[in-house]
Amino acid sequence: MERNQMQMHRQIATIRKSLFDQGYLDEQFVQLEELQDNSNPNFVEEVVTLFYRDSARFLYNLDQALEKRPLDFSRLDSLMHQFKGSSSSIGAKKVKIECTHFRDYCNARNTEGCQDKLGPSRRHAGPDKSFGF
Amino acid sequence: MNRAIQRLMMPGSSSASWKSAAASAVGVPDQFPAGLRVLVVDDDPTCLMILEKMLKNCNYEATICNRAEIGLSFLRENTNGYDIVLSDVHMPDMDGFKLLEHIGLEMDLPVIMMSADDSKSVVMKGVTHGACDYLIKPVRIEALRNIWQHVVRRRKHEWKDFEPLTSADDADQVPKPREDLDVSSSANEGNNWKNAKRRKDDEDEAEEPDSSSSSKKPQAVPKKILELMNVPGLTRENVASHLQKYRLYLRRLSGSQHLGSIDGSFMGSPDMGYGSMSSLNGIDLQALAVGGQSLATLQAAVLGHPNNSKSPVSVPILDQRNIFSFENPKLKYQEVNTQQLLHGIPTNIEPMQFAGLHQSRQHSFNNVNGRVLITTAGQSQCQNQSNSNHLPVLPNGILAHGSGSKVPRGGMIPSYNVPNDLNQMRTHDSGFESDLMKAKAESILLYPEQYNQEDLLTAVLKQQQQQQQGFGEAENEFGLNGYAVLDDLPV
Repeated sequence: MERNQMQMHRQIATIRKSLFDQGYLDEQFVQLEELQDNSNPNFVEEVVTLFYRDSARFLYNLDQALEKRPLDFSRLDSLMHQFKGSSSSIGAKKVKIECTHFRDYCNARNTEGCQDKLGPSRRHAGPDKSFGF
Repeated sequence: MNRAIQRLMMPGSSSASWKSAAASAVGVPDQFPAGLRVLVVDDDPTCLMILEKMLKNCNYEATICNRAEIGLSFLRENTNGYDIVLSDVHMPDMDGFKLLEHIGLEMDLPVIMMSADDSKSVVMKGVTHGACDYLIKPVRIEALRNIWQHVVRRRKHEWKDFEPLTSADDADQVPKPREDLDVSSSANEGNNWKNAKRRKDDEDEAEEPDSSSSSKKPQAVPKKILELMNVPGLTRENVASHLQKYRLYLRRLSGSQHLGSIDGSFMGSPDMGYGSMSSLNGIDLQALAVGGQSLATLQAAVLGHPNNSKSPVSVPILDQRNIFSFENPKLKYQEVNTQQLLHGIPTNIEPMQFAGLHQSRQHSFNNVNGRVLITTAGQSQCQNQSNSNHLPVLPNGILAHGSGSKVPRGGMIPSYNVPNDLNQMRTHDSGFESDLMKAKAESILLYPEQYNQEDLLTAVLKQQQQQQQGFGEAENEFGLNGYAVLDDLPV
C-alpha cells in the first residue's frame, strides 16, 4: 500500500518535472504550489480545474470568432489577451507563448496565421490536463 | 480624505487599528499591515482565485468580484470598508481605467491596475489616470505583499494636507476676503452658486481639520456635499468633478516637486482647455475630469524628471490627445480668430462648477500666479470689452494688457492681487520662481513658432504649478479662473 503510494508520488514528480523541462510550465506554477497549504490543501487542483473550465469557454468563443469572415481581429485580440492573462497566472508557459504569437498575427491582420496558431494553442493546453492529481 | 482623517483620529476603531498605528508613526505597529482590506476586481476567475489566495497568504482581507459594477457597489455600500483596490485593465463590462476614475472621484482610494499587457502606453495610461501602481500579470505574491505602502503613502499625504488647515481660524478667515472680492465683482449672476461652491470648500476644509471630535463625520462624497449645499441647479457631477480636483489639489500640496530645470515642462501633456469654442458642450465632462487628474499626475511625473527633453513626454501627449477629441487641437499660436481668444480656457467645463472654485483658490495665489492669471483674465476680458475678433493672442500683449488694464468686468484681476493675507499655507520664496516664470513666458513669446497653443497653456500651467510647489491644480486654477470670467460672456 505504502509502496504504491510512493510509486505514485514518484510518477507524479516525474511528470511534473517533464512538464517544466518541456516548457509547459514555468515559475508561476511553483508560486501556485507554494500557495497551497493546510488551509487550502487542494489549491492547485482547484485553480487548474478552474482554468480548464475557463479555457474551454474561451476556446469555444474563439472558435466562434474564427468562423466569421472577415475576422474580427480586435475581438480575437481581446479574447487572446484574456486567455494569456489566465494561462500566465497558472504558469502555463507554452499556452501563454502561443497566445502571444496569435496576438501578433492578429495585430498583423493575418487570417491564415491566426487559424494556424489555434491548433498549437489547443494542443499546448492539452498536456496540462494530463498533470492530474 | 475626511474619512482618512477620521480613521487616523480614531485609534479605538477596530478596523482602523493598524492604520492608526501606521499613521501615528509612534512606536512599532505590531499588526500592520495585516488585515489590509483589499478589493479585487477581475473578470478572470482563475486570476481572481489566485489573487485571493495570495492576498490571504499576506494576511490581507480580500474581497473578490468579477465585475466592475459589483466592485463599485461594494465600495459605495461600504464606504469605509476597503483600503485599496486591485483592478484588471481589460474587463468586458467596464474599462479598468473608467473604474479607476470612478473610484478616484467617489472614494479616493488607492487603486492598483493589473494586466498581462505590459505595453508602455497602457502603463502610462494607468499613471495618468491616477493609478498608484501597475502590476504585470502574472502577479507574484511578492508584488502583493508590498501594496500596503500605497495605502500608507496616501494617508500620509492626506494627513499632511490637512496640517495647514487645522486651525479653525483659517477656515474662518478665508471666506471673508472672498466675499469682498465677490462684491467687487460685477459678475453677480452666478453669485448664488459661486458662494455655495465656496461654502462647500469651506465645509470640506472645516470638516477635515476638525477631526478631534469623536463623532462620526459625514463622508465628503459628492452626494453628501450636494445635499449639504442644497444649491438649485447644481448636479452631483459638478460636485464630483469639483471634489476630485479639490482633492488632487490638496494632495498636491504635500507632493511638492523640487524645481529642476523647467525645460522639460514645456512639452506639456494634455490638450486640456484647448477645445475650440465650437466644441463647448461637446467634450465629455468626465473626460475633462480625467484630464484634470491626468494632467496633474503627468505634471508630477514630468516635474520629477526635470532634465527630460521633449521626446519622453511626447508619448503622454499623444495619449492625452486621444483621450480628448477636440476638434481643433492644433490652433496655431498666431492665428487670430474667435476661438483662439479663449484657447487658454477649458471651455468645456460648465461655468457653474468652477467659478466658486476659483474663488476658493484665492488663498493659494501669489503675485506671480496672479500675473499669469491676469493673462487669462486679460484674454477673456479682451474679448468681452472689445468685442472684436482680432485681438492679439500673444501673452506679451496680454500681460501688458492685463497689468495695465482697467478692472475687468469680472473683477478677477484685483482678486488675484489680494491673496497675500490668504496665503497662509504657502510660505515659500517665490522670487526665484517668478523670475523663471517671467523668463519662460518671454521665451514663449520669442519663439512662438515652436510652441502651439497647447504648449503655451501647458507651459504656463506648469510654471504656475511649479511656483506653487504643487499647490493646487494649476490647470484648474487657470481654467477655472478663466471660466469664472467667462460667466460674463454671452454664451
